[in-house]
This record gives sequence, C-alpha cells and structure tokens, in this order.
Amino acid sequence: MSHKSDLISQDILAYLKQHEQKELLRFITCGSVDDGKSTLIGRLLYDSKMLYEDQLAQLESESKIHGTTGGGFDPALVTDGLKAEREQGITIDVAYRYFSTAKRKFIIADTPGHEQYTRNMATGASTADLAIILIDARHGVLTQTKRHSFIVSLLGIRHIVVTVNKMDLKGFSEERFEEICNDYRNFASRLDLPDVHFIPISALNGDNVVDPSPNMPWYRGSTLMNFIETVYIGSDKNLEDFRFPVQFVSRPNLDFRGFCGTIASGIIRRGDEIMVLPAKRLSKIKRIVTQDGDLEEAFCPQAVTVVLEDEVDCSRGDMIVRPGNVPKIGQQFDATIVWMATEALIPGKTYIFKQTTLSTIGQIDSLRYRVDVNSLHRSPAPDLRLNEIGRCSITVNQPLFFDSYRRNKTTGSFIIIDRVSNITVGAGMITDRDTAKGTKVAAWEQIETSEATDSTKVQAVSEQERSARYGQKPATVLLTGLTGTGKTTIARAVERRLFEEGRAVAVIDGELVRKGINVDLGYTVEDRSENLRRSAHLAKLLNDQGLICLAAFVAPSEAVRLRVGEVVGREKYAVVHLTADLDTRRQRDNKGFYEAAEAGRLPDFANVLANYESPESPDLVLDTGSESLSDCVDKIVELLRSKGFLTR
Amino acid sequence: MTSYNLTHLKQLEAESIHVIREVAAEFKKPVMLYSVGKDSAVMTHLALKAFYPGRPPFPFLHVDTTWKFREMIEFRDKYVRQELGIELIVNINHEGLKLGIDPAENSEKHTEVMKTESLKTSLTHYGFDAAFGGARRDEEKSRAKERVFSFRDKFHRWDPKNQRPELWSLYNTKVDPGESIRVFPLSNWTELDVWQYIYLENIPLPDLYFAKVRPVVFRNGTWIMVNDDRLKLKPGEQIEHKMVRFRTLGCYPLTGGVESNATTLPEIIQEMLLTTTSERQGRMIDKDAGGAGMEEKKKQGYF
Ligand SMILES: Nc1nc2c(ncn2[C@@H]2O[C@H](COP(=O)(O)OP(=O)(O)O)[C@@H](O)[C@H]2O)c(=O)[nH]1
Repeated sequence: MSHKSDLISQDILAYLKQHEQKELLRFITCGSVDDGKSTLIGRLLYDSKMLYEDQLAQLESESKIHGTTGGGFDPALVTDGLKAEREQGITIDVAYRYFSTAKRKFIIADTPGHEQYTRNMATGASTADLAIILIDARHGVLTQTKRHSFIVSLLGIRHIVVTVNKMDLKGFSEERFEEICNDYRNFASRLDLPDVHFIPISALNGDNVVDPSPNMPWYRGSTLMNFIETVYIGSDKNLEDFRFPVQFVSRPNLDFRGFCGTIASGIIRRGDEIMVLPAKRLSKIKRIVTQDGDLEEAFCPQAVTVVLEDEVDCSRGDMIVRPGNVPKIGQQFDATIVWMATEALIPGKTYIFKQTTLSTIGQIDSLRYRVDVNSLHRSPAPDLRLNEIGRCSITVNQPLFFDSYRRNKTTGSFIIIDRVSNITVGAGMITDRDTAKGTKVAAWEQIETSEATDSTKVQAVSEQERSARYGQKPATVLLTGLTGTGKTTIARAVERRLFEEGRAVAVIDGELVRKGINVDLGYTVEDRSENLRRSAHLAKLLNDQGLICLAAFVAPSEAVRLRVGEVVGREKYAVVHLTADLDTRRQRDNKGFYEAAEAGRLPDFANVLANYESPESPDLVLDTGSESLSDCVDKIVELLRSKGFLTR
Repeated sequence: MTSYNLTHLKQLEAESIHVIREVAAEFKKPVMLYSVGKDSAVMTHLALKAFYPGRPPFPFLHVDTTWKFREMIEFRDKYVRQELGIELIVNINHEGLKLGIDPAENSEKHTEVMKTESLKTSLTHYGFDAAFGGARRDEEKSRAKERVFSFRDKFHRWDPKNQRPELWSLYNTKVDPGESIRVFPLSNWTELDVWQYIYLENIPLPDLYFAKVRPVVFRNGTWIMVNDDRLKLKPGEQIEHKMVRFRTLGCYPLTGGVESNATTLPEIIQEMLLTTTSERQGRMIDKDAGGAGMEEKKKQGYF
C-alpha cells in the first residue's frame, strides 16, 4: 500500500518513479441504508493507510459520540461529511473519497442508499468505471439492490463487483453466499451488465477486503482490494471513433490559430484528414500542440490544441472528426432521461440542453414511457418527476453531433438546464433510434420489449414431425472454456457421433461466427456479450428447425451464459465446462495467444484469462487434459440422453 | 505497441485543463484566486498549459491579509508578476485594516474580516462571475461533497443542501447577474498528487516549503515564525532558531511550521508520506467552532 511501502524511507526516488505509472480508477459504491457502505469505504481508506493520526484521533472521539459500534472505532465515520447530515446519522449526497495503492489511484463516488436519491446515484455513476454493489448477507437481494443495478447498467458502468457484506453475521456460510449470488444473477440477466463478480466480505472486520479471510477458506477468488487494483479497464474507452468537440479557440497572435479541446474518443495523428462539423469542411491536422512540445498523435481523454492546414471556420461547439467516421448530426433524437428536479419534466416546455461543448434550446416532444426503477416495468406517463427515469423524444434548435451513449459516453450524454432557475434539472443518455443497427449490447434488452417472435408458430413442418424423424428434441449445448481446452475438437467429434446415429446436428463455432456474421465485433466485454447474443439467436433458429446445436465459445461471463439460456429456453439448454491445465492449453494453442498475452500484447485475451468465471452449476465438467476425446464424447452424449434430448 | 492509457497524473492534468478552458469559454469575467501556496502553483501551471502558446485569458487575484509571510509576497511579485507576466490584482481590505485585529489574538475575526469579507467585496467590486480556487476534496471532510463548479448566490453563500447535480464532464455554467461560480480544477487531486506533479513538472515554489533555519517561537504545540516585529511574544516565549518548514502557507501568526531537514522536493514528499498528521493540522482556523469549522466558514463565503 502506498503509505506503508518500505521504499519511502529507503529510496524515495524509486518510490516516486513507481507511483508515476499509476492508473486512475473511479468507482461508485451502492447499497441500501445500513448495508455497511460507509464501513466498507472507511475500511478501504483505513487499511490503505490513507488516514492520518489527527484524523484518526478525531474519529475515535467522534466514534464515542456518533458511532454505532458502542464507542469502539467505527470506520463508517471516516466518510460522514456535512454537519447536518452527521447529526441525522445518514449520508445524503454524493461525496468523493480518495485513496491509492502502488498500482492505482482510486476515486470513490460515495452515494446514498436512500430510496429517493436516484439522482445522486446517477451523478456518481456517470463517471465511474466500476460499481461496488453491497448486499447485506442477512437480507439478500432487495428491491434497492435491483434499483442500484438498473441505474448502474443505465449509466453504462461495465464492471460490477457484488460484495456480500456482514458474512460474519451469517456464520461465513458458503451456502448463503451462493444463494445470494444465484438470486442476483437471476435478476441481473435481464440487465445490461457485461462483467459481474461476487465477493463475500465483512467490512467491519476486514474479511476479504484487503486480506483474504481466514474465516472463508472456501472462497478462493480475489479480495476486493486485489480485484479493483487489477480489473482491466483498458478496453472500456472508445479508441475507434475520433471526436474532438472544440472547446475554445486560441488566437494569441495573427500567426496562430489553435482549437483547444479534450478528445472525447478515438485517436488522431499529425497529417490526418479531418472534417469540421457542421460545415463539413475538409482539412488536415498540421500540429497537435501542447506546452510540453508538439505531439505526433493524441488520444482520448487528452486535452490538446490542434492546428489545421487550412484556414477553415471553426468555433466553440463545432466538432472535428474524420471524414470516414462521422457522428449522427441532427436536431431530433431519443434519450433516456433521469429527472433531477422537484419541478416535474413537462413535455413541450423549453429547456437548455448542453451536450459536449454545445448548448442549445430545445424541448421534450414526447415521453414514450417511464421506467419503474424497482420492477423495470415500462408504463406510459404524462410527466417525469424527481428521481424518475423515462424514455423521451427530443427536438433541439441547433443540430447536435452525437453518438449513442452505449457507443460513446461523451458524445452520447447531455444535461438539461432550466431556463429560469438555471438549475440542472435532468441528465440524458442518447439511444439509437433505429434499433436495427449499432445498438450492440442494448440489443439484449430488445428481446424483452418486442414480443419475441416464435418461429415455430409459423412453420409448415411441426415440431413433433421433426422430432419423430430425427429421434431427438432440439437443444443447445454450450461448450465453454478457455482457449486450448478443446471446445471445437469436442464439438466436432460429438457432431460426428450424432450424425452417424442419423440425427440432425449443427456446430456453431465461436471463431467461425466471428469471421462471418460477427465480423464487426471485437473482444471487449460488450463485444463478447454481443457475439454470444447473436449466436444464441442463431442457435435458437436452428433449434426451431429441430436441430441439436453444439456451440463452442469461450463465453467467460456467467451472466452472459445465463442470458444465452434465456434466449434458447432453459429447458433446451445445457452447459458443459471444459477445463485443462495451463501447459496443455498452451500446447494446443497453435495461434500463439498465450505467448502473446504473456508478452503483454493481447490485453483482451489476458483479461479473459484472468477473469474467466467458471460456470456456477454446469451440467457437466470435462477435464480434457486427462480425459480422452472419446470419453468426453461419451459423456456429452450421455448428458443429452439423460436430459431427454435423444429419444431413440 | 502503444498503449493508449494515461497515467493518473496525466489524466488529472487533462481533466483540470478541460475545466479551466470551459470556464474561459463560458463565463464573461472569470478570475483565478491565487494564494501563493503549492495548490495555487499547480493551478497556475495548468492555466498556462491550457492556453499555450497563448496566455490565460483572465487575471489572478490575491487577497492579501497583510499578515502573509514576507517570502510569499516576494515570490508572488517576482515569479507570477514579473517572470510569468500575469496580470495580478492584489486586494487588501483597508476598511478592515483600521480595526487593527491581531490574528494571534483573534484568529476567527481576522479571517472573517481580512480574508472572507475582503474576498467577497473584491469579487463584487470587479463583477467576477467565476472564480477558480485551488481547494481539493481530500483536504477536509466538508469538501468531499463540493462540486467542481460550485454555485454561490448574490451573497457568495454556499448551500450544501442545494447543489447542482454534476454529471460526466458537463458543467452547468449558467448564472444570473450578481451570482457566481467557484471552480475547483484540483478537486480530484490529493496532496500526494500535487507534490508528485510539482516534482515531475518542476514547478517553482516559495522556499518556505523547504526546511531552513528560521526564527520561531513555540506556541499552541507548533512552531510560529517570527516573520516581523508585529508578532508579540507572550510570557515565557522565546525566539529560537530551528530547521523548520511549512506544509501550508497562510498568515504567518496562524501557520505552524514543522521541524524538518527536508530541503528538496523528494525529501518533502518522503516526509509527507512518513508523517502521521494531516496537512491542515498546522492551520488554526479548522479548530474554530468544533470539528465543522471549515464548513461554517464555507457557508459564509470563505473558500
Ligand atoms: N457484523 C457486521 N456489521 C457490520 C458490517 N459492516 C457494517 N456493519 C454494521 O452495520 C451498520 C451499518 O453500517 P454503515 O456502514 O453505517 O452502513 P451504510 O448505511 O451502508 O453506510 C453499522 O452498525 C456497522 O457497524 C459487517 O461486515 N459485519
């Protein structure tokens, strides 16, 4: 930890060098009142030695007056802020806390668990890379937990750690922990949460917070601190779409005209062709200026000044992009809005909309529906009140340059300001209007809204006829496992066996789908999720034709695997987990992935290695390092039989 | 392969520059409050970077209580005014001066009249609609909830219960005439970040931060520097010559020094990391009005 490294006293220069390389990670903590949020934050700060003696002394004396631990040291008081709130004994706003370790600097957005504070949580979540969702082991998943998770998914936080707290009060029971994890997964599979992890802790005593808990030897995963120190966030930012909202025009003298701004997304190099919006003027990047010298290339979120080759008109509010990759330009768009003011949102009333560096007058044309944050139920509503969330259509007076929030948080977000009171009354996230293209992960949610079309209803050949001919019931078997566990080999061998028996079978190979229908997807958490979503629908279509489908995918996320089950139907779904020791996997890896990952060249792959979640309750586990191929095939066929998929 | 990742300091730098530019672009008459301390030094450095090769398009304002360390005033005039050529307004509350408050006797009154009042009247006098301050959220509990853009009413008051929500990096800059925004570009920096950045970027500082033999008296558990003959010795006090340095800079009778041998930046950082008391500990004003001293001051309009 930063403040107790021996390097400080022995070699301060080496220490400084080490700490220059730290990354920044922002996270939000969410929990209901009394789940132990303040205690946990206090614990993180305390255990990472971020408190000084005078602060501690003050805390100790305050523990006696305000503490809830009977006069003993109460870590929760570390995070209590304003006087009035302290007296009420609750935190009611967003507070930011700081601590750092040798690996990372952390910024915590501490937001209240209170019923009516959706607005504060949305605020804290807007800048967070990760969310810690606290669950009291005694109470399990509550309505509040669902609400927090929904807001976290709405604000596009990609990494979730569900910490099950107060394990000490439940006898550190593994069963209780598993039960809560399963409950959580069941409801979270309906949300857009691509990367979810679970850690059992006791915030009060520090179990699994910084050090592994001796009380829970059954838990072999990371401690919370270890997890937040190492979770890979490098692929979270959009480096593909160059967007540069012009913030300030610098004209110190007649010879210099620079456009200052923060790169919202993407990368730009000297000499690159650019286009200035809205005029659509073309030019090239002549210089990327900083006080520390000109740069050859710059990327998000650097704050730079660019100079163009040509004298083109460009002012604050314009956007510099690449001619081949432009955002949407328009005065009308759809958005999900979180309302933050006591005076309700009124459709038709004019407000100020601020998006990137542009402010314009506009109005909410119509409120399509309101989302109940507790049940996720959507219903029509005449207005939107404080802490309510709704989907709206908006028209503004001046064209905006935007992307969907899913794709680009910076160009896809805006705030709404009341023209009279000047108060920020709402926050919005732009959604894709034409859901057919580009919605990526959000597409999982479409399933719920649009009536899933059941293709079996319109078939000429019935399910029974197919079943009788093939001697089988349709099913999807997901073979999940890391690279080199033999997914494809086994899928092909099972296919051969079933085919010989006269059955109708198809293999969906993750690698092949990526060359075809999913060629547009990469290896980020979202893209992996989308890859599986599409493949799941493919499997469903094949099942509808009566086929047994063998799907060979890495599929590292438990939440995503559960969603596959939702798509194809749980009764038709089986998960086979393939494992093999590292040496075996390396040997089988003819593409050199492992080597590249170890050399640090394949961060996404390395990330999957580190974060692969073994299925919680697989139908079958096969150690392909020790079991022979034909044994594996036998076992899978046996599984199909025992599940009643093979009828002769 | 290039990894498109910024270190935490580079990211903080970029975010602060974004904030500073946003103010320059959206407000009619911004000002940077300059207090000569290390946070002001970093803020100045960031303002220079934000507009390079241009100059910061706003003046600096120093509220001089007339009790600042002599070395602070010298540094301010020599470095900021002369070397950097920045337009710097110095404001002294001449009315308040007539009251002749001795900070050593009545620190609360002194701060209120010579600092808080003085700041408010000069903001009103010049009609500044935005004022940058170097405060950080890690400094003190009540600041943890402060926004980066913090709204102040006509009377420069802060209402902690009624703050504007602040999402992403979209800042609401709308104010009516007479109202203003305090802007804190260093909100997310910690004390260690500030020191590390000063070290990496080689930012000049007043030499009060470095240990040197100085004439001091021991008072209220800390070393107070005898900066001029206005400091009245109390019975039993005697002037000693000690190696001391200051962790924060303010009015000299109210700013305690620590005994130290740290004469270089790495040594200062080392000391800071090994020390067991927080930065503000040397300041007397926090101790006023119980634990919530700062908070009360803020509501009144002191930073
Ligand atoms: N036994 C036990 N009590 C805890 C634990 N974590 C928090 N608490 C207690 O639960 C209560 C609520 O904690 P607090 O941190 O104030 O909750 P918050 O409202 O979420 O901030 C306090 O009395 C804590 O001492 C834990 O791990 N075990």
